[in-house]
Amino acid sequence: MSEFVRLSGITKYFGALLANASIDLVLRPGEIHALLGENGAGKSTLVKMLYGLLSPDSGEIRINGEVVTLASPQEARARGIGMVFQHFSLFDDFTALENIAIPLAGEVAGRDLREKVRAKAEHFGLAIDLDRPVYTLSAGERQRIEILRALMQDPKLLILDEPTSVLTPSESESLFKTLDVLAAEGTSILFISHKLEEVRRLCSVATVLRAGRVVAEADPRKTSARELAALMVGEGVADLRTVPGHGFGAPVLVCDRLDVEPDTIHGIRLSGVNLTVRAGEIVAIAGVAGNGQSELYSAISGEGGTITAGSVTIAGKAVTREDINARRRAGAAFVPEARLGQATLPQGTLSDNIVLSWHATEDIGGLFVDRNRLGAVSAGIIKAFDVRTPSTDPLAVQLSGGNLQKYIVGREVTRNPGLIVIDQPSWGVDARAAAHIRQTLIDLAAKGAAVLVITQDLDEALELADFIVVMCEGSLSAPRPVREVTRDEIGLLMTHRAGGPSGGVHA
Amino acid sequence: MLTPVLALVVAVLIGGLIVALMGKSPLTAFRVFILDPLTDPWAMQEVLLKATPLTLIAIGLLFCFRASRWNIGAEGQFLLGGICGGGVAILAHGMTGFWILPAMLIAGALGGLAYAAIPAVLRTRFGISEILTSLMLVYVADLLLDYLVRGPWRDPKGFNFPQSVAFSDSAVLQPLFEGGRLHAGLLLALAAVLVAFVLFRRTLFGFAVSASGDAPRAANFAGFNESRITVLVFLISGALAGLAGVVEVSGQVGQLRPGFGQGLGFTAIIVAFLGRLTPAGAGLSAIVIAVLLIGAESAQVTLKLPFDLTRFFMGLLLLCVLVGESLNRYRLEIRKGGA
Repeated sequence: MSEFVRLSGITKYFGALLANASIDLVLRPGEIHALLGENGAGKSTLVKMLYGLLSPDSGEIRINGEVVTLASPQEARARGIGMVFQHFSLFDDFTALENIAIPLAGEVAGRDLREKVRAKAEHFGLAIDLDRPVYTLSAGERQRIEILRALMQDPKLLILDEPTSVLTPSESESLFKTLDVLAAEGTSILFISHKLEEVRRLCSVATVLRAGRVVAEADPRKTSARELAALMVGEGVADLRTVPGHGFGAPVLVCDRLDVEPDTIHGIRLSGVNLTVRAGEIVAIAGVAGNGQSELYSAISGEGGTITAGSVTIAGKAVTREDINARRRAGAAFVPEARLGQATLPQGTLSDNIVLSWHATEDIGGLFVDRNRLGAVSAGIIKAFDVRTPSTDPLAVQLSGGNLQKYIVGREVTRNPGLIVIDQPSWGVDARAAAHIRQTLIDLAAKGAAVLVITQDLDEALELADFIVVMCEGSLSAPRPVREVTRDEIGLLMTHRAGGPSGGVHA
Repeated sequence: MLTPVLALVVAVLIGGLIVALMGKSPLTAFRVFILDPLTDPWAMQEVLLKATPLTLIAIGLLFCFRASRWNIGAEGQFLLGGICGGGVAILAHGMTGFWILPAMLIAGALGGLAYAAIPAVLRTRFGISEILTSLMLVYVADLLLDYLVRGPWRDPKGFNFPQSVAFSDSAVLQPLFEGGRLHAGLLLALAAVLVAFVLFRRTLFGFAVSASGDAPRAANFAGFNESRITVLVFLISGALAGLAGVVEVSGQVGQLRPGFGQGLGFTAIIVAFLGRLTPAGAGLSAIVIAVLLIGAESAQVTLKLPFDLTRFFMGLLLLCVLVGESLNRYRLEIRKGGA
């Protein structure tokens, strides 16, 4: 078969982080090609280079056999590459037709545009009312506008980044029909997803990325979801944790049949979440990003989301309707996902940043904030948690990711919390700092605190936790003791393919 | 720290160029605009008188702007302060008593506060942009003042001029020094600078306001209530603008009449930003702007330069400071050939 795009040896670094390591990929006309991988595997980085948003550090991109440099999305589009992003870029107050017309400078825009759009929409089965303003449309309809907009330039390759993440099952099915028609007419499609069933339904080739490398190329129709999941998360039954369990105390955090409405349209709705973390216990929530972990963190910390049913109890106190400081007073501490701008003020000094999570529960001075005390507390944290700083009291933004995370964890642990909830403890953190943070959490649990870790790093979950829970599409699986669970099984739970919490134990 | 000074120098140079292009001597203009107001004792008093309301309003605006809440309607709150404080003076016309002035000041501050509460509540309750509502309310305040001084509060012996009675002595802020014009408003402005300085430096409230403007998600993580901060900064801002209003009518004008605002509420926005949103900076830049305003008055007479030129200079100054700040943070890179 002929080929449209060939990537060879594509390598991309972000600082010291290797995002893509010598990736080869061939895209052929008429082929729906899946790009599979866990979050952080390097999928987005790769397609951004293909769409001209990033440029590779080394390696070459060939289009129709010719080596090209794609310096911008405009160039990529001129070469016949179209892309539909996970997050829409539409003007809410404009109609569908206007949104489609905006990027089409001159040549297509005009009187007959409406006819052209209508014809295209009909041909590909994309039902849209062209004259309705975007804010009145559903997520599925919005996506159809994005697709139609990409199709107006007759792309030879269409990239879709997690297109079904915002769709209902029936909307997904109609999207697949459209993609089938496109492929049948010779368009090459690159379909990014972690939903294995979809990939098996739709795609004829799958490239699996793990930690920035291509680990396999497979025919998803001939490969089971289980095998694909194993390829995504990596083999490693040998990594099983064998430490015997110890006794746990009373429940500290209890989420009871929690339903949560997200704050934004792209948020995930949580339904019927049951979760208990006992004193001395470490529970890890694993799962592919964007399945409701952020929403769950916010619902537990009180930072966001609207709890429509169920309750949150911390150390026996009902805090469902209380704010984050009431939860802190109940003995909880929180480490959010974003280190800069959420856990800290980027332009604030480390000592100032103590105030954020301490002002409600700790003594930081009376009418006037006691700066000496803040400085002393900060210096203590820096010392005790081995935070490497460029000066005695630098700005938060001046610290490296790992050191800032150690500082933030230290800030919370120093409060002696009875419960700590930590979202992505070691994301973007170097291995040494990550190990330090994990040790801190284990020590905290040993002292009797309840620890809840939300992580996409399965190794981390397995290394740290006593129990593991998997989050998928806004729901939690039943907790499984880490000693009895396999990567395989977790991989399947992550994609909703397990036969329930009691099935498929391979210990 | 050098950037604002440098920006000032650049602004003066560009201003001089413009004046030269208009066929006037830039040196004379520099003397009239900047040196005279800073050296002549009479003009210096005028500068401080002008800087007083500017400082009060700008200090209030600091709270809003630090929190990234955009109160554009200080002018309206300023007018309402004048109307409410002046109203007390008009009601107490002919009376004497030590209580009149304090009552006026309180009424003025409350008037501005209540007026600023409107956009704050509209934003927190209904999500309506405070930029638009606060701005539109300026015109409402303007018309209200117009109605009052032409209607119910018109001086019956005022030959039908649209103005209220002249306030009695008990309703006028008396000069601090014999024969001078400086009044207690200046002390209020200094106190406002000092209190704001301490609030931002040392208190949790100041910290919460800055945090909520710099990193809303971090403020949310700290549990600082967004709506409460919005309302509080608007109330503070409105109260100070209102106070400035009553200080202006009582200390400077001595009666209510249309246009006593002179756009000072808008000018104070420039003052706040020129002072890089710090209390001390607001005090200093209020003086800089006051110098320009006083200089402009004499420039009209001696140089026949239009008053609008002053507005241009203020804009130029602000532009230079903002550009200077960006250049401080970013490096200019000139690339050849399109993108």
